[in-house]
Amino acid sequence: MSRLSIEASTPLCLLQDAGRFGVRHLGVTQGGGLDWRSMSWANWLLGNDLHAPVIEITLGGFAVVAEEDCVLALAGADLGACVNGETLAPWRSFRLQKGQRLQFTQPLLGARAYLAAPGGFDAPSVLGSRSTVVREELGGLDGRGRALAKGAQLSYAGSALLLLRELPAEQRPDFSDASPLDLVLGAQIGEFSGQSLFDAFNSVWTLDSRADRMGIRLLGTALQYQGKPMISEGIPLGAVQVPPDGQPIVLLNDRQTIGGYPRLGALTPLALARLAQCLPGAKVRLRPVVQEVAHREQVEYLKRF
Amino acid sequence: MKLRVEVVALDCLMVRLFDEISEANMPWMLAASENLRAAFGEHLIDLVPSYTTLMVHYDLIVLNPAQARELIAQALIDLSPNTRTGGQCHVLPVWYDLSVGPELSLLSQRSGLAVEEVIRRHSGREYQVFALGFAPGFAFMGLVEEVLAAPRLNTPRKKVAAGSVGIAERQTAAYPVVSPGGWNLIGRTPAKLFDRERDGYSLMQPGDTVRFEAVSHAEFIHLGGDDTPLEAQV
Repeated sequence: MSRLSIEASTPLCLLQDAGRFGVRHLGVTQGGGLDWRSMSWANWLLGNDLHAPVIEITLGGFAVVAEEDCVLALAGADLGACVNGETLAPWRSFRLQKGQRLQFTQPLLGARAYLAAPGGFDAPSVLGSRSTVVREELGGLDGRGRALAKGAQLSYAGSALLLLRELPAEQRPDFSDASPLDLVLGAQIGEFSGQSLFDAFNSVWTLDSRADRMGIRLLGTALQYQGKPMISEGIPLGAVQVPPDGQPIVLLNDRQTIGGYPRLGALTPLALARLAQCLPGAKVRLRPVVQEVAHREQVEYLKRF
Repeated sequence: MKLRVEVVALDCLMVRLFDEISEANMPWMLAASENLRAAFGEHLIDLVPSYTTLMVHYDLIVLNPAQARELIAQALIDLSPNTRTGGQCHVLPVWYDLSVGPELSLLSQRSGLAVEEVIRRHSGREYQVFALGFAPGFAFMGLVEEVLAAPRLNTPRKKVAAGSVGIAERQTAAYPVVSPGGWNLIGRTPAKLFDRERDGYSLMQPGDTVRFEAVSHAEFIHLGGDDTPLEAQV
């Protein structure tokens, strides 16, 4: 049963859930919403499973019309959303009445908004997930990895909570937060020159426009790896790899499963959630953190849901 | 073998077993894989094997890094190589032809061998699947004879046909789906390498062995192969 009709979309508007797991040894990437934190809050607002399929809208250009009365939730970036011309701020559930149009215009704060529906949007499970990976032709509305397109119909099976909710201000992620991004130090850290280690954690990095769901390039002082060439090995989410040109690349959800560039380490999930909301040209800093501390912080954060 | 466990991310540890790529690694890699899967059970999110390493991604809600290290240590005590022929042996039919494998002539020139001899040598050997990566079902296999080894193309092709069989250095592989690629192409297989309807999805799994079998154009077509030349696909 169709509940919403897509009136406008872009190749950057994708159905996503927490990602595809248990198949990475077959070369299948992880996928999933880049800002897992905002995605989880969108689902939380509706009482959904935190991993239920949502729509990830990057930068805007998306619009839906309700075919019947709906209750939806919006979290993440402020992409200038409005309902029939009235501004709709994120971090809340809201009613969209039959015939009303929800539209996303342009990024005002952050880069990615998450739209959730009761019980999650319907889509076939492909290799255990609904996440859209265009390159691998997996997931999405038809299971073939296509981005959401104008004319497509969206449905969901859950029933809405009676009460509309708003996320308390103190729980909302601060997208203007300029504190450094935490990076768990990896095994090759000692193979970079001393000067490069200093630069990695003391200089300002600029997000390149060469950025997609596979990775984001950081522009700044070139880093020098002095170790032996590496044999390809598994790549974790958030790995910060340094190719021969010395410009680090943060590897994201749609990264290749194995690779042979040396790594500084990997950003923490909380750092990745923040990075996913940064636009090209944004300035970031990195801060080393040990695995145990990062783990405790993550477990602590997850208790909020 | 000197075993090391390294930090790679908040919820991932790298088990490093070897420093060099070798066919002799495989029985150990398979045994370690099996033990790690058993030790972590449902708390294992993914285990990513590569040539010399196994990356363990575990459930951070259940395990802290120290507990994960402890599980790894226990899993790998008294590790003995898995010499059972656990992996499957696949025979992949290949139509070796210049129209779908343009680098046959390059490999022939480099090696000083006739094209027929290049084909004979590539198909006359049993290869191991070292790892899957690059794309779903893309199996890195080796090792091809030294004389057939060739570096990747300077400029990767924007589009390589599904089923294309190639060589890069001493490795060989077949592309499961159309993708960009820089390997030296020598032929095409009609085999479906990745199929979401198949149990296990990927035809080849790490630890399997593979032999390529030269087939005629007629057989290739009979087996469902697509003989569209590379240039015509662009």
